[in-house]
Amino acid sequence: MTVPLSYYLVLSGFVFLTGVVGVLIRRNIIVILLSVELMLNATNINFVAFSEYFHNVAGQVFVFFALTVAAAEVAVGLAIIIALHRTNSSIYIDDLNLLKR
Amino acid sequence: MTFPLQDLLAILPELIVIGTACLILALDPILGADKKDILAWLTLGALAMCMGLPSSHLTGQTYAFSNLVVIDSYGAFWKLLLYIVTGLTVLLSLAYLKAERLSIGEYYGFILLALVGMMVMVSGADLLTIYLGTELMSLSLYVMAGLKRTEARSLEASAKYFVLGAFSSGVLLYGISLLFGLAGSTRLSVIAEAITTHGTANPMLSLALVLLAVGFGFKLAVVPFHMWTPDVYQGAPTSVTAFMAVASKAASFGAFLRVFVEGLGGASADWSVLFTIICLATLALGNLVAIVQTSIKRMLAYSSIAHAGYALIGVVVAARHSGEGTSSGFASVLLYIAVYSFMTLGAFALVGMLRKEGQESENIEDYAGLAKREPLAAFFMLVFLVSLAGIPPTAGFIGKFYIFMAAVNGGMTWLAVVAVIFAAISAFYYLRIVMVMYMREPEGAAAAHSRLETSPALSFVLACALAGVVFLGLFPNGLWSLATHAAPLLK
Repeated sequence: MTVPLSYYLVLSGFVFLTGVVGVLIRRNIIVILLSVELMLNATNINFVAFSEYFHNVAGQVFVFFALTVAAAEVAVGLAIIIALHRTNSSIYIDDLNLLKR
Repeated sequence: MTFPLQDLLAILPELIVIGTACLILALDPILGADKKDILAWLTLGALAMCMGLPSSHLTGQTYAFSNLVVIDSYGAFWKLLLYIVTGLTVLLSLAYLKAERLSIGEYYGFILLALVGMMVMVSGADLLTIYLGTELMSLSLYVMAGLKRTEARSLEASAKYFVLGAFSSGVLLYGISLLFGLAGSTRLSVIAEAITTHGTANPMLSLALVLLAVGFGFKLAVVPFHMWTPDVYQGAPTSVTAFMAVASKAASFGAFLRVFVEGLGGASADWSVLFTIICLATLALGNLVAIVQTSIKRMLAYSSIAHAGYALIGVVVAARHSGEGTSSGFASVLLYIAVYSFMTLGAFALVGMLRKEGQESENIEDYAGLAKREPLAAFFMLVFLVSLAGIPPTAGFIGKFYIFMAAVNGGMTWLAVVAVIFAAISAFYYLRIVMVMYMREPEGAAAAHSRLETSPALSFVLACALAGVVFLGLFPNGLWSLATHAAPLLK
């Protein structure tokens, strides 16, 4: 018995929305980074589900690239957060208010 | 798995640039702090080599790596523009990094890595390559924005750019995954076929269109996805700001047009409505908020938002009218971005190098009486601002002229009228700076005044930007024929 495609899509939509809401309402940059990761992983669920549905391996290839990019993004992001913490001693978005609104 | 030589030759410019970037990253720790200039010249050498290659000429259409990459006149147009603006940015950085006492060799490596990303973006024929190019560009730019590691404002800009950039690429990727579900492939040509066979009345396609529009909207900095722009442009080192405002915007427009025309052209009736709204909002907000800015970097940031709005007019007009009219609409977008690049780069070069007590003069008030202290610098600024406002005989006028002509010919005169009204409003805030420079005396006679820190590299950049603005304003035909030749056709 296989799981129908729509189940995967609902799951990925749910995970994606969790990520979007997390980015919008959380104030800690690390939590925001985690929420972005959720969004990217929702995309990966989509790709794998469609890949299985179409019997087309291209979707799974895309997942490998997306994973690699996500890892690179986290590396750069954490480096920025560490540098930020050294100068501001805070990693909360609300404390980033030096630049004029 | 083997790569045929043919494919590798097709992406030779990208290979040269990425090879040089790696070479720079390896050489950087070996070279002493006073010899970092060598890396800049190495960068310029690589760019010159790429420009000289035959594949950077505007002919033919070759696919490489099983249709992942396409080498055509459209991509070649953007790449040529990218080489030129990157070269000018490197020369500007040579002067700027010295003035800021930043001796960072990997800076040039990051510029080249960002450039590779942009080149891949404009020559991708598959959403996979376009996505990878976008990410390579963005990741390099996040780092470059925060390059002044000891300055909190630079890091703040970097963090804000990173958070919103990562969010937008997540949205973009989700849109791509839905398109994959629709077409069974991420090739732009296959997606176009799928849209023709299945029609556009598909909720998944509509959702994917919206998500892609949001994702690219962030990269293009159009309203309502512009909120990062003023902060990032203000906080980042000015040479990096110039690079972001010019090269990253050009590449984003290149990738955006390629995806929406070649891949989603069949649904142009749907997305053109969406972009008409975005275009109007961008024109209104960009121009109106620029009026109240007191920092010149923020003002130029809002101005660059507004200019993206003008360019979108060409996109909307072309999308509304398939057939012959589209190519002139898209050509006007290409011409507009090329012209915009020269004037914005020139303006940012001056902003970065007009300095007071070792600091950038960022406030518009610092420009008071500049015409008396630095007549030549004030004149250059005058030309760039007049061009940004779109007053003849400068290139900015030509850019707006072709955009408005395309709108009128395409039967969207109302849009052209709205844009002309906003262009008139924009003249107010550009000419206000001219007025401050020429008509006002600086307050407090004893205080230190901002002066231009000249250097041969900076003079060359300013001369090139001025030559571009004046020459393209007087003789636009050459660029126009290039742009019409390169413009994509909506089927």
